[in-house]
Amino acid sequence: PIPLPLLSLQIFINNEWHESTSGKKFPTYNPSTLEKICDIEEGDKPDVDNAVEAAKAAFQRGSPWRQMDALSRGRLLHKLADLLERDRVILATLETMDTGKPFLQAYFIDLEGCIKTLRYYAGWADKIQGRTIPVDENFVCFTRHEPMGVCGAITPWNFPLLMLVWKMAPALCCGNTLVIKPAEQTPLTALYIGSLIKEVGFPPGVVNIVPGYGPTAGAAISTHHSIDKIAFTGSTKVGKLIKEAASKSNLKRVTLELGGKNPCIVCADADLDLAVECAHQGVFFNQGQCCTAASRVFVEEQIYPEFVKRSVEYAKKRFVGDPFDARTEQGPQIDQKQFDKILELIESGKKEGAKLECGGLAIEDRGLFIKPTVFSEVTDNMRIAKEEIFGPVQPIMKFKSIEEVIRRANSTEYGLTAAVFTKNLDRALTLASALQSGTVWINCYNALYAQAPFGGFKMSGNGRELGEYALAEYTEVKTVTIKLSQKSP
Amino acid sequence: MKKQGSDSNPAPVLPALPEPLKDLKIKYTKIFINNEWHDSISGKKFEVFNPANEEKICEVEEGDKADIDKAVKAARKAFELGSPWRTMDASERGRLLNKLADLVERDRLILATMEAIDGGKLFSTAYLMDLGACIKTLRYCAGWADKIHGRTVPMDGNFFTYTRHEPIGVCGQIIPWNFPLVMFIWKIAPALCCGNTVVVKPAEQTPLTALYMGSLIKEAGFPPGVVNIVPGFGPTAGAAISHHMDIDKVAFTGSTEVGKLIKEAAGKSNLKRVTLELGGKSPNIIFADADLDTAVEFAHIGLFYHQGQCCVAGSRIFVEEPIYDEFVRRSVERAKKYTLGNPLLPSVQQGPQIDKEQFQKILELIESGKKEGAKLECGGGPWGDKGYFIQPTVFSNVTDDMRIAKEEIFGPVQQIMKFKTTDEVIKRANNTTYGLAAAVFTKDIDKALTFAAALQAGTVWVNCYSAISAQCPFGGFKMSGNGREL
Repeated sequence: PIPLPLLSLQIFINNEWHESTSGKKFPTYNPSTLEKICDIEEGDKPDVDNAVEAAKAAFQRGSPWRQMDALSRGRLLHKLADLLERDRVILATLETMDTGKPFLQAYFIDLEGCIKTLRYYAGWADKIQGRTIPVDENFVCFTRHEPMGVCGAITPWNFPLLMLVWKMAPALCCGNTLVIKPAEQTPLTALYIGSLIKEVGFPPGVVNIVPGYGPTAGAAISTHHSIDKIAFTGSTKVGKLIKEAASKSNLKRVTLELGGKNPCIVCADADLDLAVECAHQGVFFNQGQCCTAASRVFVEEQIYPEFVKRSVEYAKKRFVGDPFDARTEQGPQIDQKQFDKILELIESGKKEGAKLECGGLAIEDRGLFIKPTVFSEVTDNMRIAKEEIFGPVQPIMKFKSIEEVIRRANSTEYGLTAAVFTKNLDRALTLASALQSGTVWINCYNALYAQAPFGGFKMSGNGRELGEYALAEYTEVKTVTIKLSQKSP
Repeated sequence: MKKQGSDSNPAPVLPALPEPLKDLKIKYTKIFINNEWHDSISGKKFEVFNPANEEKICEVEEGDKADIDKAVKAARKAFELGSPWRTMDASERGRLLNKLADLVERDRLILATMEAIDGGKLFSTAYLMDLGACIKTLRYCAGWADKIHGRTVPMDGNFFTYTRHEPIGVCGQIIPWNFPLVMFIWKIAPALCCGNTVVVKPAEQTPLTALYMGSLIKEAGFPPGVVNIVPGFGPTAGAAISHHMDIDKVAFTGSTEVGKLIKEAAGKSNLKRVTLELGGKSPNIIFADADLDTAVEFAHIGLFYHQGQCCVAGSRIFVEEPIYDEFVRRSVERAKKYTLGNPLLPSVQQGPQIDKEQFQKILELIESGKKEGAKLECGGGPWGDKGYFIQPTVFSNVTDDMRIAKEEIFGPVQQIMKFKTTDEVIKRANNTTYGLAAAVFTKDIDKALTFAAALQAGTVWVNCYSAISAQCPFGGFKMSGNGREL
């Protein structure tokens, strides 16, 4: 257990810790034990205003942050990565307590992704290049890729620290300043990062963190007239509200990472063991609480019964328990609301005629644990085939032909990721081209790396995170055109 | 003496200057192959001297063709498909380069002292500038390692096409003596970042810091054979590299004369890819509307930095007629205020030239200036009775046909000529087979950008000189080089 004095529990503005303007606090719970961990200062509009003031001041022309060499910005990001490495156990423990995710996953996957993403963007800091452009007549023309300004970031509860770093790293790399609102269910690691930001030596006001609720602090950010850009990861429903608010207020730039109902297509010639395992991890990872969850598994007719049989075996073996137990693969769901929603969707599956192969209910009388659940004979019109479940529920459907499965896979407003299991080159590349998804995995699942851009087609999002592409989301292009007395070749 | 840009960045960049190490021990004097230290196959050694007092520092194993062959074999093996280096994540390559930067930072004092003693370089410059640049360049390239992107290409017909940017293979790299460590890093950093393996031949005058880097490369954890260092001479070890049938690319920094030989050898052997950073006779153009003090200072440093031994030395200063006399007067004043001596001492502002050959060549060119009718304003001869020291020398009334206006001097000799019009000076500035750098001092934006377009030089500086940074490409037009570094 982490001694409470080590926890940061207040609002972080200008590298200082503040109480909320209203005096209010809110509790954060451990979903595994259902016990309260501690109380956090609750930020609302006035606190967001203060944070934006600080971020704006830190972004002024001539400020330490604006004057800093790009390479030095990169060094600070590297140092932050060093501190995350130093405090890896603390952060993984906090993340596990706050989210219920298995400790070993927090340590080896979440924290690994954070460190690598920070180092990746540290390297980009001094490579944000514009272009020189040969225009007509006697002008000299070049572009500058300038930081956008004050960026608001609203982060989710499923990968609290990782999603925070996915926004913070490119934003800072490009020279912006930030106002971050972590999810109310999981504020602890975000606030801990505040102390590391200060320790590393980022100038005051460059990163500000305001814990609080969506309709209050979150809305204050999306409607703020002095925030130049907002980045949000969460549900499609809230993503739409944010984009609306951005348009109504000051046309702030918007990037969104939203939900998915991701098709996982298994062809008869696939390596069956590989496909079963990847599909299993793809849907059950992080208690099913991934935007990338493989929540529509399409299996070619010929291998369907065998695939279902093996998937059920896997699901039955999945160890559900205390996230701090090294054997645990699945912890609790994040809160009562999610828990209830998942069970409701499971009931709908049973009612609408899907075949319940295993699981299908909660594990104990108390607690937010749900048994790994597999449905077969699922058809496209069932709720479990259309709505994002965000829980440990695997719907498996049958298909006959490639053309058919392409059509069915694409027939959703979502378009975040897709996966294809086949040995056939032609089929793999055909599907890679045909699937309307921001990421297509071939013979793998959840292969996510800092270097490769990630984001959604259609209503799964706007814009891209990670890779070189994220830089475009955090810079504003300025064209400079200079008149010469004579044309220069 | 600021080499990097001017005062646009108030954030403190330079660390405090410590004292150079007394009694520096030279630990690494052998050939570095496969992360191990080897004697030369011939058994021969060669001597390394301190140009400030002409005394021998130590002996170093002398590599020749047989040692180069051995190094190339190691580098080729390290580059095989499936090797640790080829299968390493790109981001991990970047981590190793960053680790190497950390180690260079840790041993900054050792390396700076060694560079000053071996190269006759001012210790303060070595510590603050050379080592600073090394660390920054390593970190810059470390960041690129996992961002070597190819592209997907929408081809006609039912094809799926994409490009891969693959490492070239085994790269031979021949390093000069004027910025031994910096030039070593300028070569290995991008090569390793892109996944190549290297065989490095440092200059025979200055092999020590390169060999020390061998120990750091091993400590950082680079797999054996990825970096190999073979000290030796140009006509033997150097030629073995440029002619080698199993080296895929050669990178050379040095004189244009030798650069041509290398490119020829590359063509005759296996068409290895060639990049060259060669000499320059860089024009520095000062208009009457320039800030005169700034221009004088930059023109001064632009020429006299590191005893004039820079490929970018601003060795043809064109001053607009109306301010010519005043410019000359101030430049002479500036050149007279020099303390020469032991480069390790903080009070010394100019060290020795690198060796006897350079020393004699510079004096010969100074004599030609006097003979051909340039006006000697100050200096004009050697200094002291030990070491290769030459007095800071300024010539005025220089005309374009004089040898000192045409040939690269590589010494502390400043030429100042007069010009009347923009078109005239553009023509004269470009009238050379060189094209490395150029500068223009003016407040007029139209003039500045006209020159930026018109000057045939890889880098054009406006109202500054020698502003070089890891982020900006550097290289020559025409016979000042092929390709770009940084």
